[in-house]
Amino acid sequence: MIQLSHLQKLEAEAIFIIREVVATCDRPVLLYSIGKDSAVLLHLALKAFYPAKPPFPLLHVDTTWKFREMIAFRDATVERLGLDLIVHVNQAGVAAGVGPFASGSRVHTDVMKTQALKQALDLHGFDAAFGGARRDEEKSRAKERVFSLRSSEHRWDPKNQRPEPWRLFNTRKARGESFRVFPLSNWTERDVWDYVALENIPVVPLYFAAPRPVVRRDGAWIMRDDERMELRPGEALETRMVRFRTLGCYPLTGAVESEAATLPAIIAEMRASRTSERQGRVIDHDGTGSMEQKKQEGYF
Amino acid sequence: MAALARQVPEESPVPTARSHGDAAPAHESAAPGLLRFITCGSVDDGKSTLIGRMLYEAGAIPDDQFAALDADSRRFGTQGPRTDFALLVDGLSAEREQGITIDVAYRYFATPRRGFIVADTPGHEQYTRNMATGASSADLAIILIDARKGVLAQTRRHSFIVSLVGVRHVVVAVNKMDLVGWDEAAFGRIVAQYQAATRSLGFASIRFVPVSARDGENVATGSERMPWYRGPALLPLLEAAEVEGRSTGPDGFVMPVQWVNRPDLDFRGYAGTPARGTIRVGDAVLALPSGRRATVGRLIGAAGEASELGQGQAATLVLNGEIDVSRGDVLVAAQAPVPLSREIAARLLWTAERPLAEGGRYLLKLATQSAAARLTRLHRTIQIDGLAPALSRSLAMNGIGVVTLRLDRPVVALPYAQSRELGGFILIDAASNETVAFGFVEAGGSGGAAEPDDLAGSDWERRLRRALARVIGRSGTPERRRRLTGMSWRLVSVAALFAGGLALTGRPDLSAALALGDLALRPLLRRGHGWLWRRSREGALEDGAGI
Repeated sequence: MIQLSHLQKLEAEAIFIIREVVATCDRPVLLYSIGKDSAVLLHLALKAFYPAKPPFPLLHVDTTWKFREMIAFRDATVERLGLDLIVHVNQAGVAAGVGPFASGSRVHTDVMKTQALKQALDLHGFDAAFGGARRDEEKSRAKERVFSLRSSEHRWDPKNQRPEPWRLFNTRKARGESFRVFPLSNWTERDVWDYVALENIPVVPLYFAAPRPVVRRDGAWIMRDDERMELRPGEALETRMVRFRTLGCYPLTGAVESEAATLPAIIAEMRASRTSERQGRVIDHDGTGSMEQKKQEGYF
Repeated sequence: MAALARQVPEESPVPTARSHGDAAPAHESAAPGLLRFITCGSVDDGKSTLIGRMLYEAGAIPDDQFAALDADSRRFGTQGPRTDFALLVDGLSAEREQGITIDVAYRYFATPRRGFIVADTPGHEQYTRNMATGASSADLAIILIDARKGVLAQTRRHSFIVSLVGVRHVVVAVNKMDLVGWDEAAFGRIVAQYQAATRSLGFASIRFVPVSARDGENVATGSERMPWYRGPALLPLLEAAEVEGRSTGPDGFVMPVQWVNRPDLDFRGYAGTPARGTIRVGDAVLALPSGRRATVGRLIGAAGEASELGQGQAATLVLNGEIDVSRGDVLVAAQAPVPLSREIAARLLWTAERPLAEGGRYLLKLATQSAAARLTRLHRTIQIDGLAPALSRSLAMNGIGVVTLRLDRPVVALPYAQSRELGGFILIDAASNETVAFGFVEAGGSGGAAEPDDLAGSDWERRLRRALARVIGRSGTPERRRRLTGMSWRLVSVAALFAGGLALTGRPDLSAALALGDLALRPLLRRGHGWLWRRSREGALEDGAGI
């Protein structure tokens, strides 16, 4: 019998899940959020259908507040691999002037991410959307299924989830219902980085330490990525050696001070770390159970 | 593995992939592999507390999460001013508010010696299906028992389900030892009680550890308060636990086809994950159920072109020769064919609110195969608490029953003890799309291929046994019992007819003719009658394609 390593088992499981979606759903889409988890997910999707290309497009829900390096990386990736990319922006939100500074993180996330995602899924009639979420990221995600059924209003009902014994996924759904599918459910942050290193998967340079213009705000190092971020009285922009453990909207994503400029250095730093990956995410900490609430409302 | 590390051709969008074997991360090279385990026990036995404590002792709780835990403990905690470790795993608001575990939660942690995936499963009987889900992927189960309460009905129930899904190793953690004054006799009584209660379940190993999850006694290190216990603490026990591979039985290649990869006219590959065995380029395979034969022309694995692929790997097979294969078909080694079954004997764990009833129609999903299934017989239900069989016509939520299912198409199914991949299935209600049961294939159905009891003895003995099995079913199966009952009833009724005729007419020849006529004609009549009825009901449930 061929002995598989831990990463090979995770890889095979993810490929199985991706193929199962394509075999049983009508219009799948891959939610591409540009971060490391999306990079791994995309890499696995390429493997699942090789030598063909993945039979589904990528969807990026653009809040218009992503780091500029993320957008450049996104466009270069799609170009390099020759894939279909759909970029969706909630134009109503833009027109209303919604943003992290003007509206606060909660409203911004709801309008520009959650509502925008629902708009895009409805607009294109997608009935299954892949996401790169992992169970080790957050407590309510630890309770998430691999095939997570959403109502026609995209709501998640955590108390009434279908059991998933073995690798048998019940992929039946009523008209209007859809799935969020998480092929990386059983991966940890460390697995993701080990796999990125092993497979030479390109990731956004923001993950690597570099001198960047940051400002100390509400206990986090926030990078001033463009002039829309105005400095408050008493704040001063300084250049520090920082990197990001996760990537989101730049005003809502705290950097960590670090010298780790290579993959081995990042992995070594993560192993020694005493804080969790999503610690820098402002939106996770809007109150206990806030991720669960966002998920019930349709957030990924 | 070296064969997998090839340059990927030009048209590939996949970056050059390396063999994983070359550069496995350091934590994998340690002798014992990843251990998947579950914790189960009754409500308030302290399962979540124990997992939280293990995560904490293993250094798996980051500082920011620990700070949040302290805040949560003051708000929701059930431990007064102490840190409530259960809140680390009870991630849903409803769980935190009620102080119970509803859904299975998976946590990932590692000690310097070993990596772990733990599934924390609910104690309430209402959520048994979530407990069984967690158990279905586990190598080992920790069963918690409250030292004050001893073995409860729920303890027996969980132990039974753990054995049903094929977990072979059990660690019994007798918790809350602090509340019985660290008493050795109390521990000894529970050990004896549990051993007696689970004797029939056939676990390969059962270990007992007295612990206090709240105080961390015997969790990561030995306890000074219980010097009478000389065994290892819980975490060291898990670090050293040896669990064997799951597959037993024959090892011929079997791959349920998951997806036909056909981007253009030049390429047609059959994608799937081999359920057992290995395959090489040039090997001959059969496509089931058609039985058509082809050879493997090309193999593609996760690392690109490959010369050999095996169980558990993502595979795409390109076959020489045009044969028609679609999702749900099964590719098997030509020299080691497997049986096809239209009838499956199985144990069911019923997971739906609405009870199961004989005659019910469901969709069956087994690996990538799907079929419409009719529940022809509920032979018995299993009383888990006493483990004694009982007669019943229906099965309520969380009940376990032994059934026969009749399928609208033949499927490849192996006994669950041989293969989880080809022996575990789910039943789906076609109207609500709800998963209504987990199924565990028992002995083979009516397929007629090799069964373990067919393999013994000389050639003519086997033939005789097979002929006998065709007439009266396989030995030990409910099918045989049913057929024997039917035959003896026929004989009794023919004898009665003869006796009645003789009493009325006084003529033995006429009575004998009447009795023999009945014996010959009645099956014919029944067959014709059944045929008419089948014609009118066929096609009622053909909705098996969507799963």
